[in-house]
Amino acid sequence: MKPGSVAIVGAAETTELGKIPGMSQIQLHADAALNAIADAGLKITDIDGVATAGESPTAIAHYLGITPKWVDGTAVGGCSFMLHVRHAAAAINEGLCETVLITHGESGRSGVGRGGFRGAAASLQGQFEAPYGIMGPPSLFTIPFLRYMKETGMTLEQLAMVSVVQREWAALNPRASFRDPLTIDDVLNERMIAWPFTKLQCCLVTDGGGALILTSAERAQDFPQKPVYIIGTGESVETPMISQMEDFTTSKAFRVSGAKAFAEAGISHDDVDHLMIYDAFAHLPIYGLEDLGFCERGEAADFIWERNTAIGGKLPVNTNGGGLSYMHSGMYGMYALQESVRQMRGTAPAQVEGAKISVCHGVGGMFAASGTVIMSNEQP
Amino acid sequence: MADKSKIPLPQPTPETQHFWDGAKAGELRLQQCNDCSAVYFPPRPFCPTCGHREVSVIRASGKGKLYSYIINHRPHPAFDGPYSIAVVELDEGPRMMTNIVNTPQAPESLTLDMPVVVTFESMSDDISLPYFEPAANQSASANGEGKS
Ligand SMILES: [Zn+2]
Repeated sequence: MKPGSVAIVGAAETTELGKIPGMSQIQLHADAALNAIADAGLKITDIDGVATAGESPTAIAHYLGITPKWVDGTAVGGCSFMLHVRHAAAAINEGLCETVLITHGESGRSGVGRGGFRGAAASLQGQFEAPYGIMGPPSLFTIPFLRYMKETGMTLEQLAMVSVVQREWAALNPRASFRDPLTIDDVLNERMIAWPFTKLQCCLVTDGGGALILTSAERAQDFPQKPVYIIGTGESVETPMISQMEDFTTSKAFRVSGAKAFAEAGISHDDVDHLMIYDAFAHLPIYGLEDLGFCERGEAADFIWERNTAIGGKLPVNTNGGGLSYMHSGMYGMYALQESVRQMRGTAPAQVEGAKISVCHGVGGMFAASGTVIMSNEQP
Repeated sequence: MADKSKIPLPQPTPETQHFWDGAKAGELRLQQCNDCSAVYFPPRPFCPTCGHREVSVIRASGKGKLYSYIINHRPHPAFDGPYSIAVVELDEGPRMMTNIVNTPQAPESLTLDMPVVVTFESMSDDISLPYFEPAANQSASANGEGKS
């Protein structure tokens, strides 16, 4: 890092130390955080970056009421916080965020609300969501959508169209898991998983992997492949509990992450030639198109219905077939990134001719987290 | 047959104990900031809106509306057939996850924004879970037996 360019301006421990049976582990994080924020003379709302280990940065940010533009959950054991300091310095120097909070809390002696099986039942999700028969992402990620339908007038046929259009893209991709054409009726008549979502509106479950190599733009010229430049990035988290999303019709993490990436890249939506939106379920491209600013609220369903995201459309989306048709191993984000890289190299099976800028937008943990990467095959 | 013992029961923490004590006593409890007056859920001993550390426990009305839901069709040992996993918005503002009970688990009887009221079911010596049912049920049962 640049020497002397970043400083620590607040520091504190928990109010008590030693034996604290009256506080759960997450509250130990919060107690120390509130003390450090007071020590710095700041308010919680001044914090825009969160790093932690032992708890997820999503859980800490939501518990404290922080909407971050940068998070780091690097967890490599007891020295994780030294790494967080280093990452934070780099992030601040790079303008990814301005004021970072790094927290630690551990109920090491009393074991209150601590990890493992007991800890899961003592977590807020364990207490306030798990008892209601939740069964993984299909029963959680899908919950906000009925509220979206009611507020925008979107129909189930329009939701089915998302799967239909992505299957058309998948048909062009020899590596896609499912390539046979679909109709809206096919989608609607499939086995019901979590009403109103049928099996064809839920992602595949497959095996696979992916990897990326990054280096400086300067060195990139000396490599055999055409460089794909990172021109903008964004990130945020909202809440580890789907029931606590601020607004069920829009993802705050999407909005913060997307806006930051576009601002960093200095591009407008008209500049974007290709878009990937992590589609674990069929409503995600709808939320993504609106929360990234490609469509006004309530207009994404018509945008897809009118084939703007389809083959030959003005904004090709999920050109590998997406999580609905291409593949989905559980953490699909890597595959979305790979397709953006292929499109920027000009080597995608369903290549978008002349594409220069690709936006790749990811989601994590049921609208809990989001990350956006904007790539270009031209150096800005 | 539904086996209620398959429901993973919550393990209260010091910061949530008041909520579960309330549920056991048949009260739905929220918290309110002593400074900015924000009412919030889930429990924590400081205000997530302003960071103030003095907050009060308040008794909620138990009334709300159905905010959004799905009907889970995959089999779960604690439920008979498809069941709703819902989020209700309480009259006081906060939202919480629940199941909508004592009504058919079908879109026709689960309309968004319909009024719902809390009802508690004892799951163990320490834990009663808050569920919600259509408000129409309770006004009907006010005259006598009405619950299934
Ligand atoms: Zn407050």
